[in-house]
Order: sequence, then structure tokens, then C-alpha cells
Amino acid sequence: MTTEVESIVSIAKNKRNLKRQNLFQTFGYALVWLCGILAVAAVFWIIGYVLSQGLPIINLEFLTTRPAGGVSGEGGMSTTIVTTLYLVVLTIVIATPLGVGAAVYLVEYAGDASRESKFVALLVKAARMGVEILAGVPSIIFGLFGFAMFVSYMKLGFSLLSASLSGAALVLPTIIRTSEEALLTVPRSYREGSLSLGATKWYTIFNVVLPTAMPGIVTGIVLSVGRIIAETAVFWVTLGGSYNLPKSIMNSGRSMALHVYMLASETRAFDKAMATASILIITIIVLNLTINIVSRRLTARVTGKK
Amino acid sequence: MTETNHSNKFTVENLEFFYGDFRAIKNVTLAIRENAITSIIGPSGCGKSTFLRVFNRMNDLIPNVSIKGEIRKEGQPLRSIDIVDLRKSIGMIFQRPNPFPKSIFDNIAFGPRAHGLKSMQQLEEIVERSLRQAVLWDEVKDTLNKSALALSGGQQQRLCIARALAVHPDVLLMDEPASALDPIATLRIEDLIQELKQDLTIIIVTHNMQQAARASDYTAFFNMDEDRAGYLVEYGETAKVFTYPEKKLTEDYISGRFG
Repeated sequence: MTTEVESIVSIAKNKRNLKRQNLFQTFGYALVWLCGILAVAAVFWIIGYVLSQGLPIINLEFLTTRPAGGVSGEGGMSTTIVTTLYLVVLTIVIATPLGVGAAVYLVEYAGDASRESKFVALLVKAARMGVEILAGVPSIIFGLFGFAMFVSYMKLGFSLLSASLSGAALVLPTIIRTSEEALLTVPRSYREGSLSLGATKWYTIFNVVLPTAMPGIVTGIVLSVGRIIAETAVFWVTLGGSYNLPKSIMNSGRSMALHVYMLASETRAFDKAMATASILIITIIVLNLTINIVSRRLTARVTGKK
Repeated sequence: MTETNHSNKFTVENLEFFYGDFRAIKNVTLAIRENAITSIIGPSGCGKSTFLRVFNRMNDLIPNVSIKGEIRKEGQPLRSIDIVDLRKSIGMIFQRPNPFPKSIFDNIAFGPRAHGLKSMQQLEEIVERSLRQAVLWDEVKDTLNKSALALSGGQQQRLCIARALAVHPDVLLMDEPASALDPIATLRIEDLIQELKQDLTIIIVTHNMQQAARASDYTAFFNMDEDRAGYLVEYGETAKVFTYPEKKLTEDYISGRFG
């Protein structure tokens, strides 16, 4: 009898508990949704505001005429688009071989080399730590380094070359880390399969490991492209700010992000800063969509799934 | 052991194998017969796979390993053979099929290309010959440009065999080649192995007692000693090892009393 009562009581208790849990659950869901909506709304608000201010200004003329300079901020943004393109290409050309090469060394060779010599082990450890730290260093530090090293000491001046070298230093940690991760995901069995056929380690890396890791590596490179397009501080102190079109890599120039900064801080043409910012945002969005498509395509090719 | 007309492909004398300080294999002496299938059986951890990987020096990839004793291939010490030539002449099939994420054609052509063959015509010939040898040609001849990863597990394993055959090895090492496959795919691999032994010396590590009994000519039974080192218990013709084992331990193992 008592046990029956007890069990009834405990069932009732369980029910009450269940109800309370359900309430908590609903509340939790609501909270999570709210946070999500707030975060997304903030992003959309910023993008929407910039686009609503900037898009009406944009027309073919704005895109195809060069900035006229001066306090009024007359003119368009044509040269800044081209300069940004130059900057991206040159930076990636410098950073990719270095970054991917470093990642290959760290993943494929550093282990053996470290075991053979204590000194190399120490160097490798330092290099790994350096990459970690550099990834978190504020970009203006890279700018200062670039200014001191390339602009002043190596006498490259404010130029595309100085800017690209500094930009390469900025994105190098990103490329090294994403490439390293991509290389680490390549199964050991692929390497063994290749080596067991009598292929050399070098041949294995170039023909099996790197192609398999390609989607990850490409993602890292495209992320870096986005970083360079968006970067202002580094290029402010290394690229100069000339609104003329650079005729060689030794010329100064002005990227889109830099143009936005200069328009907003040194001229009255805030509307044109917004217009340039709109183009910048659209570029970044398009770039992100491209990453998705490209990496999906590449992954599909590597895994053989359609 | 009864003498047969097979000559020795490999001779192993007093092999000891170390991972760092740990002795994984001790005191193994045996001769692998040419154009025959030798199966290596034994409980988990007895060093079967390690022993198999001694022949193509695949263990070299692991840090801190050392080997004592003498292994000879056709009388020549293994250490004196160039590693690329050695591995070219000794194909290896792994536990899980490991086709590269490339097309079927590029998978088979990988080995020849790695050794410098560029002529497309010759590559095509090699790909067809290898796939025919591995009894896969009819299934894939129209889809050579498709990714090898789209094939079934059994097809992938035969692809890996074709890939190994493409560099003209005279030995095939197989590390539990059917353990990841269904029974039908397993039988196809076994049939294939029987065909291949006309041209090749095959060493196969297996967990599957019936597979060793029905598919091999010689059987080596390894066991793990109390110090966890693998050692050779018994070696001989498969029929004899399975029907009249010399050692009690062998009998216990093949009748399923342990392992």
C-alpha cells in the first residue's frame, strides 16, 4: 500500500519535474534564438546601412573615373579597384609558395629532422610558436615592421612591393596554419600506398599529398585574399596613398579599404567613402560565395562524390 | 619440412625487430618460397604486420625502429638494394583499400608515372593489362576517368592490386587484404590471388583461419611470447600445418582454442 502511494507520489513528482524541464527548455530555446537573431540583425543592419548610403552614389562613372584627390574627395574609385587587384595578386604570389612550403616542411619533414637533432627540434618548436603568435598579432604591427624593414631599411619606399611583402607577412600565418591542417587530414594510407609503389617522398608529396590537401589549401588562400582586400592599417604605412594607378611594383598606390579610410578621415566626401565601402562589402560577399563553391567543387573532385 | 620444387624468394635469418627498446619480433628464421602463397597467421599483436613490412622496408617510415638479423631477397641482402627498386619489385596491399583520390586510370598509372613513364600509349596498355590481371577491367573499362573512390570496397581493393601490378613486381605483400570486405568480395580476392601466384610470390597476413587454409601453400604461425615479442611457432606446408601440426600451440590456435 505504502509503496503504491510512494510510486504515485514519485510519478507526480516526475511529472512536475518534467514540466519544469520543459519550461526550462523552451526558455533556453528562446534565449538562443534571440541571441542568434540579434547577432544576425546587427550584421544585416551594418551592411544594410552602408549599402543604402553607398549604392545610390555608385554608377558607371564612379567606377571608371580616378579619384581627383583634394579635401573635397572628388572623382571616382577606378584606380583603387585596380590597385587592390594588383596588391592581392602580388601578395598571394609571394605568400602562397612560402606558406605552403613551410606547412609541407612542418608536416612532412620537421618530425624526422627534429628527432635527428635537438637544435632543429628547437627551431621547429620556435617556428610553430612563431606562427601561432603571428596569427594573433594586430595588423598595425605588421605595418610598422613593413615600414621599418621594406620601406625604410631596404629603401623600397611606399610601393606595391613594400605593401605586398608586408601583406604577405600578415597572411603567412593563415596560409601556413590552414595548409598544415589540410596536410594533416591526408590519410597516412595514401602516403604508404604511394611509397609502397616505389615513389619517392618528394613525388608522393607533390602527386598525392598536396592534391588531396588542395581544398583546404585553397580555402586558406582565399581567406587570405579577403584579409588583404579588407586590410587598411598595414597598407596605410607601406603602400602610401597615391590615387594614381601604379605603373610598376615600385609605385605607391591606394587600395579600396585605404581609399575608404582616407575619404572618411581626410575629406568631406563621406558619401563616396560609403560608396567605396559598398563595393568593398560586395566584393567580400562575392569572395565568400566563391570560397564555398570552389571548395565544394574541389572536395567533390578529391572525394569522388558528385 | 618437405622439399618441393619451389626455390627461395626470401631468406630470413635470426630476425629481431625493435620499436625503440621494445622487442616486437624475436629470433625468426624462415625461407619464403617463390611463386607460392605464404600465409602468416597468429593472434593480434604477435607482430604479423610488422614482419610483413620488413620485406619492403615499410617500417623505415616509423621513427626509432631497428632490425637485427639478415633478410635476403634472391640471395641479396635487403639493405643493399636501393629502396625505390626494392619497393618497385615488391607490391603491397593494405588492410583497407587505399586508392588515391584520383581517377581509376590515374591510380593505375601512378606507379609507372612515378618511375618516369610518360608515353600515353604505353600507359594505356599498362592500365588495361593491370586491370585485366586484377579481373576488374570489364567492370571499369567505360569509367576509367571516374574517381576511384566511387568504386565499391571490393572493387577498390582489386584496383589497389592492379595499381601494385602496374609496376611489374615479383612479390606481393598483403596485409589482411580482405578484412574490410564482404564474403563475396573476399572470395573474388582469393581467386585472384590464386591466379597471380603463377607470376608472383605472395605473402599474406590474415586473421581468417579458413582463408589461410584454403588460399595458401605455406603457413607460418606466429605467437606472442610472455615478453610480448612475436616469435615463429611453426612453419610449413599449409596442408601439413593445418592437419598434422607439430606443436600443441599451433593445434590449439587453428582449432580456435585461443587467439
